[in-house]
Amino acid sequence: MVEQAVAETPGAGVKPDQHGSVERSDAEAVNKKEHRSLYQKRIKIYPKLAKGAFRRWKWVIMAVTLGIYYLTPWIRWDRGPNTPDQAVLIDFPGRRFYFFFIEIWPQEVYYLTGLLILAAIGLFLITSLAGRVWCGYTCPQTVWTDLFIAVEHKIQGDRAARIRLDKAPWGAEKIFRKAATQIVWVIIAIGTGGAWVFYFADAPTLMGDLLAFQAPPVAYITIGVLTFTTYLLGGFAREQVCTYMCPWPRIQGGLLDEESLVIAYNEDRGEPRGARKKDTHPDNLGDCVACNQCVAVCPMGIDIRDGQQLECITCGLCIDACNTVMDKVGLPRNLIEYSTLANVERVRAGEKPRLRLIRPRTIIYSGLIVVVGLIMLFSLITRSDLDLSILRDRNPLFVTLSDGGIRNGYTVKITNKQHNERSFRLVLEGLPESRLSVVGSGADAEALTVGPDSLASYRVFATVPRAALQDSATDIRFRIIDGNGEETINNSVFRGPEQ
Amino acid sequence: MADHKEIDQVSGVETTGHEWDGIRELNNPLPRWWLWTFYACCIWALAYWIVMPAWPLISSHTEGFLGYSSRAQLAKSVERARDAQSVYLDRIDAASLEQIAADQELLDFALAGGRSAFAVNCSQCHGSGAAGFVGYPNLNDDDWIWGGDLDAISHTIHFGIRSDHDETRFNEMPAYGRDELLTREEIDDVAEYVLSLSNSGSDAAAAARGEVTFAEQCSACHMEDGGGNYELGAPNLRDAIWLYGGDKSAVVESITNSRAGMMPAWTGRLDEATIKKLAIYVHSLGGGE
Repeated sequence: MVEQAVAETPGAGVKPDQHGSVERSDAEAVNKKEHRSLYQKRIKIYPKLAKGAFRRWKWVIMAVTLGIYYLTPWIRWDRGPNTPDQAVLIDFPGRRFYFFFIEIWPQEVYYLTGLLILAAIGLFLITSLAGRVWCGYTCPQTVWTDLFIAVEHKIQGDRAARIRLDKAPWGAEKIFRKAATQIVWVIIAIGTGGAWVFYFADAPTLMGDLLAFQAPPVAYITIGVLTFTTYLLGGFAREQVCTYMCPWPRIQGGLLDEESLVIAYNEDRGEPRGARKKDTHPDNLGDCVACNQCVAVCPMGIDIRDGQQLECITCGLCIDACNTVMDKVGLPRNLIEYSTLANVERVRAGEKPRLRLIRPRTIIYSGLIVVVGLIMLFSLITRSDLDLSILRDRNPLFVTLSDGGIRNGYTVKITNKQHNERSFRLVLEGLPESRLSVVGSGADAEALTVGPDSLASYRVFATVPRAALQDSATDIRFRIIDGNGEETINNSVFRGPEQ
Repeated sequence: MADHKEIDQVSGVETTGHEWDGIRELNNPLPRWWLWTFYACCIWALAYWIVMPAWPLISSHTEGFLGYSSRAQLAKSVERARDAQSVYLDRIDAASLEQIAADQELLDFALAGGRSAFAVNCSQCHGSGAAGFVGYPNLNDDDWIWGGDLDAISHTIHFGIRSDHDETRFNEMPAYGRDELLTREEIDDVAEYVLSLSNSGSDAAAAARGEVTFAEQCSACHMEDGGGNYELGAPNLRDAIWLYGGDKSAVVESITNSRAGMMPAWTGRLDEATIKKLAIYVHSLGGGE
């Protein structure tokens, strides 16, 4: 076991290049294959702050994704009286899921399934096109880890300062900086857990209750659990989550092909690497100036020059770091770049690199997305706000009455998804001479009322004279019609004695 | 093995020295987090032994400091369920059957409770769907022997039929054949007449002869028109429903040997609220008057 808390030599964080202006790091890739055993203590990574296009993108995406997460529960959406006015609300006690203009009942949970299928195939498509962009930019683990590192950076300084601080003996400054970092982390973690519960209750009400310690215990427990996991995963587990806990990096192995975007170090151009005097480019050296900046900025603790690795989340920060150095030493940019494995081979063979976006797998994924999307759209558009279900009594199948008539019992369930009470006329078709009666005082087959946004259940008896019955099983239809003429039908069967 | 270390050439890791088919086991240390989780589990297990019932003894087991038992937990949850129901049960106790039937909330509660009480106590004879069997009345239909309004049903459930309770519903039809009150031929004629009441007879001459005997022997209970009498528990012979079968041999058998089914009295076995719930439930099955 390598007992090494910090993969640095003491006192050394940054040494200026003796020969040029390039900042040189002796950062070691702690997750380098040779260094890493699966069975060792985690070696802490001190990612340096990169500057460049990808870093800017990551800030923007972090702001957008966190913004969506924190603000969504506070968006209001008017649905009329007696309904929640929260745009996105998972209402467990009321058994509804509200999403802007869509209201989903428990029996329609297949919409959520469809959404998950779409999300999964979408992820497959993005991965086969652009590699692990989900991991690098939008995964909550990445976003929160990035946020936690940014806090660290603000309070403790950049990589070198953080390493120095860790090595320094405990004193007032160290205690202050470490404590401040932890406090800000905990605040972020509480905010993360806190925002989650707002998706499950009216946000302003719950906020008031939470602050007044009046909220239900489950809210505090949820916040507590999520606070703990956010703090643990964002502050400490970090890249270990991606490498050891998350199945997605492994699944992606099957989704990527040689035409998918990956981050590639142009070995042919870069090697042999080595330090050089300013503005000189010795013939025996490639373009890599061996400044190790790509390693220093890597949040996963790997060296991209070692080639493709499971740990690489393709965040692009090494590209930023390398380009900064290339600009400084006057060499062409993109020694490390987004490329494809096929393009690396093409360049090697003297061909022009190109992007093949249309490939069998991207066509299949796109096709699946279109099909699933259209099915969901169709069912959403044609979805009725009225539902009729008929449960026929099975025990007894039928009852013989004293006048010889035959009676069947049915449970009629009417779902009214409108936000006003409706009254329905229940009609039985396909059974001549039949008579309908509804169980319960005051219940009338001419006017079955169903409350707003709810389900009503009625026991209904259908009776026919024995002579009118032609068969032991007669196909029948129940039809409900409301005052505006809107109607829906459901089929059932009327049973009688064997003829 | 202990004295000399064997190093795997490929990984550079020490091996355990165990080898199977040329595959050597690497002696990698366990991950720290795994090890700590393992220790934590050990401590948890020890604590569990102490505070929870754990070790079997010869005739009992260690109780544990928390005094937990699944039996006590069940009793507690039954208690909780009772408490939750008590608000309804109190109202059921206080209300009359008509009041319960008119109050939708109480009615729903009574129907649900009645359904489960029926399944436990009544379904053995009347069937789980209350459709009965030969000799056991179908409670779904609109034909009643002792009356089908709420109070009559409640009375029947309370005291039973030919039960050992003093207030039981009781009647006794003579065994006309066995006790030689009527001859075979007379019984046959009466049976034809009874069947003709529901238009299922086949011998009009026999029925005409039987009508005279019926007026003499049967009409006191079954009424002159054969329509039956709730007060006496005499079945209606004009309708399409036959408790013991409606073909001629079954009717002849009924006249010859009589019929006397019995139902136990439920008062004293079931509490008042349960009997009320049962009456409401049976009444709701479709034939309640």
